[in-house]
Amino acid sequence: MSLALTLRINGQARVVELDDLRTTLLDLLREGLGLTGAKKGCDRGQCGACTVLVDGRRINACLALAASLDGAEITTIEGLAHGERLHPVQAAFLAHDGLQCGFCTPGQIMSAVGLIAEGHGGDDPERIR
Amino acid sequence: MPLDAAAPRAPYVHHGSNAGQPLTRRDGELKVTGRATYAADHRPEGLLYAVIAASRIARGRVTSLDVAAAKAHPGVVEVLTPANRPPLGRDPDQKSGPFGFRIEVLQDDTVRYAGQPIALVVATSLEAATEGAALLDPQYEALPPRTTLESGKRFPAPAVGVSGQARTEHGDVEAGLAAAAQVVRTEVETPAQYHNAMEPHAIVAQWDGDRLTLDMPNQAIVMSRAGYAAYFGIAPENVLIRSPFLGGGFGSKAILNGPQVLAILAARMLNRPVKLALTRAQMFGPVGHRGRTWQRLHLGLDGEGRLTALRHHAISATSSFDTFLEPAANASLHVYRSPAISAETEGVRLDTGTPSPMRAPGEAPGSAALEIAMDAAADAVGMDPLEFRLLNYAETEPGSGRPFSSKALRECYAEGAKLFGWAARPLRPRQMRDAAGLRVGWGMGTALFPCPHFAAEARATLRADGTALVETAGADMGQGAWTALAQIAAEALGLDPAQVEFRSGDSSLPDAGIAGGSGHAASAGLALHNAGQDAIARLAEIAMRDPRSPLFGADNIGVVARAGRLHRRDDETRSESYADILARAGQAAVVGAGRMQRDEEAVKERAMYSHGAVFAEVKVDPDLGQVRCTRLVGAFAAGRIVNPRLVRSQ
Amino acid sequence: MKPFDYVRPRDLAEALALGSEPGTAYLAGGTNLLDLMKIGVARPDRIVDIGRLPGLAGLDWREDGGVRIGALVKNADLAYDARFQRTFPSVAEALLSGASAQLRNAATVGGNLLQRPRCPYFQDLASACNRRAPESGCDALGGETRRHAVLGWSEACIAVNPSDFCVPMAALDAVVEVQGPGGAREIALEDLHRLPGQTPERETALEPSELIVAVRLPGQAAAVARHSRYLKVRERTSYAFAVVSAAAGLELGDGAIRSARLALGGVAAKPWRAREAEAVLAGGEPSEARFADAARAALAEARPSGENAYKIELARRLIVRVLQQALAGAPETLPALPGSPLAPAFGNRHAA
Repeated sequence: MSLALTLRINGQARVVELDDLRTTLLDLLREGLGLTGAKKGCDRGQCGACTVLVDGRRINACLALAASLDGAEITTIEGLAHGERLHPVQAAFLAHDGLQCGFCTPGQIMSAVGLIAEGHGGDDPERIR
Repeated sequence: MPLDAAAPRAPYVHHGSNAGQPLTRRDGELKVTGRATYAADHRPEGLLYAVIAASRIARGRVTSLDVAAAKAHPGVVEVLTPANRPPLGRDPDQKSGPFGFRIEVLQDDTVRYAGQPIALVVATSLEAATEGAALLDPQYEALPPRTTLESGKRFPAPAVGVSGQARTEHGDVEAGLAAAAQVVRTEVETPAQYHNAMEPHAIVAQWDGDRLTLDMPNQAIVMSRAGYAAYFGIAPENVLIRSPFLGGGFGSKAILNGPQVLAILAARMLNRPVKLALTRAQMFGPVGHRGRTWQRLHLGLDGEGRLTALRHHAISATSSFDTFLEPAANASLHVYRSPAISAETEGVRLDTGTPSPMRAPGEAPGSAALEIAMDAAADAVGMDPLEFRLLNYAETEPGSGRPFSSKALRECYAEGAKLFGWAARPLRPRQMRDAAGLRVGWGMGTALFPCPHFAAEARATLRADGTALVETAGADMGQGAWTALAQIAAEALGLDPAQVEFRSGDSSLPDAGIAGGSGHAASAGLALHNAGQDAIARLAEIAMRDPRSPLFGADNIGVVARAGRLHRRDDETRSESYADILARAGQAAVVGAGRMQRDEEAVKERAMYSHGAVFAEVKVDPDLGQVRCTRLVGAFAAGRIVNPRLVRSQ
Repeated sequence: MKPFDYVRPRDLAEALALGSEPGTAYLAGGTNLLDLMKIGVARPDRIVDIGRLPGLAGLDWREDGGVRIGALVKNADLAYDARFQRTFPSVAEALLSGASAQLRNAATVGGNLLQRPRCPYFQDLASACNRRAPESGCDALGGETRRHAVLGWSEACIAVNPSDFCVPMAALDAVVEVQGPGGAREIALEDLHRLPGQTPERETALEPSELIVAVRLPGQAAAVARHSRYLKVRERTSYAFAVVSAAAGLELGDGAIRSARLALGGVAAKPWRAREAEAVLAGGEPSEARFADAARAALAEARPSGENAYKIELARRLIVRVLQQALAGAPETLPALPGSPLAPAFGNRHAA
């Protein structure tokens, strides 16, 4: 059983032929579409390295069945910068050295972007932690 | 620092300073945009996906695998089991060297630990391979596993860590304990810890005839080729390892493991590229861990609180089939002054995977136990923990009496204590509460780590346009090698780091040694420094021999390399750019080479360590057993800081 | 993962018809189902994706001050709804104490009510588990049991219900609205989850193919709003399941407790409504001694199912604490560490 999905990925409309209904959004992005910025750290919804925005909100791409996302708008780390201009959160991670090995950095950045977009920003240090 | 005698041919060459600047990471933009490529990101044409089936029992035998069911699953291409696993060029049951471990690559149906690979399923998709592995439905004949320290078989340790001494005694510990006014006994157990880097182990293996290309995270990029080559009967030069970025390593990615060999084997069998990424659960077993320890310390104290003897005994766990013993006891050998110190380790065999070097092997669990014992001793003599440590401060290396190359631990104590506000600490425990009624505790400890150096090589090329290319097969797992190593090279080359192209993370480049033991910057960095100096020396020689150069004949006076130009030292207005020197000489480039070779004589003369002091505050809700660390202050003396921004980030 | 058919019904009726086929699983947020499919605990033949069924994703405020929460409302949307937070602060706090922001954005209210156990033996296919495979035995008994049940367990199963959300909801008399092939019915949340007895595989009162369409909080539940709290002891302060949790609500008047509501999480296969404790509290003056009496009453029937006797004492202490906090009153805004007993200590900014 295969399924044709219409998705908007990083601002571009795409029709994706899904050969295997078991495919998660994460595996579709990474193995199917070559958008490998989102990372597989646990594949169980625990680590957050696969965080992407679906319809503007943060989710774990590893716990979303691609088949269920027909029509969704998906933003990955690859879609954040405007050309050469980094998104302010990307620029801040760079300026403050908010990364080391970088493996889960895309997930952290998408999570931070989602947090702000969802209106949960602020300056309470405990809440930030 | 010991310098390679071959490298600096021109003592008159000076260079500018780039080290010490808080540059942002050179690889930062790649990382914040998701363009930094990690092993599992690769998708070569014709890729197959491999999935490990792992044992769910810890000891026994696999009695059946439903290979037919797995093979019948659409997309499954091959199932490797002990029944059909092709032969390997090296016996996986033989230990291959100090960093080589016996590996489990389907040699038989024995299960030695939970999580051991018992089959490998290869398919055209990850989904199919995963389901194929599930369909194997393994049946077992299980034996009771030995997983507690009490249940395992004890044995005298032949060595600890990588060829460390299992028994060391300086002075007479028995006599020291007998003469003590009191002896404080401490027992500490530490659990097994698994190096679960954010990036699970992953490999993409591709064969082209007898040439093998591996995309994998690797902490010893050039050195580890030999291990893979030996298992497949090819020359190390035929193995290309690409590891530009590692998603964390912690030692685990310096060591060859069974799943990697199985993936390479599958790629050869099927003559297609194969990707194998371990699941998070599969990280607990075949890829090493820090073994658990059971440590007992005896601290003899005189009437004033001075150590008369320090005995540290550890039982370290290893697997039933190979030996790597956490050198925890040895962590007590170099920290505090004591007329007598002994460290001894015994082994115990458990039904787990074989432990391996993980993030400060020995120091991490061993110094935790030592510091706990020191706190108990301070309490026993009624002294402040910091005062007690200062009383037992080692001015020279305990045991050997060698001077330290540098030791600023006293300053670390002072600076850390000041920042933390340690002076306000009441002597007796359980005296402080916060406004919300939580109990507040303050504690501190000493940090110590040796300064290893590994052999390393590098190449520096000054190019016609005045920029440089520097190359070494370094490994960046987050410590900032891409940035710090490039800064060191830029300094030697008298160039701004922006003008230096840095190539790293690829085994076709000069060997950068091991990225481990906190020795990478000192090792690969020095090789790069020497390579840069070599290139500058060669460039200077071209200029000084050229009558048309303003630097002609400067030989005995010398030149200074700065901002892309060589200047006469006695008259800096007489200078010439690198590009001009090369252009007139008609040379496209000048290539310098550098090596880091540890100077064993110099190392014998001085003891080399980084030191630090850490102060912590925890708040405790004793009714509900809740603990939270609310403040942590560390002061460290770690030698010359190449990039303060990166260091702060650590 | 076993291959499956995937269907997305247009409406509830179609969903119910599709759901009546054996081997079918309903998919909403997927955060629990997909996870269980990955580890082989759930192996459905067919997935009926109810994630976009119309009419199930809204909050409907009632005249009595109660609210009807559609089954497809996301955990995050409910927790951050301003009126809901004000009216039912302990429920909002419970929701925000659970999982991560990413999961709360995906997980639904209906799915939360039906979370499967987190017992490691349930999740490990090599272990015997009566809940996963009826009559295969229970390897948890005599195993690693620090996190297991101390109330209402049987020799057949000692797993606990992992939901935070269910705990205050049970305390507040929530009612679950269910649709099945046979029509609509209501189940008190307190009766939704079954104790294991000899049939732990029957986890809830739902019949096969029945679907939760909404959960209601009655208007009376709002009476305790100003004095309700949720506290959760866990092994780390965020992103961990409860070792023990407690939801309390007090209705105060004339210096006395008019009525009290108390439920525990992490102690049984269901959110544990502590009615005996409520009886001890009701009508009396609030005092430390009365809270302690209530705590004793709540755990009177408790017994360890292994190495977890500590949970009984911990639950008693947590009850006293949550009652003290409920008495003090719900905070104006939710604490930065939702549900954490340490939250009061971290209300202020740290010194730089």
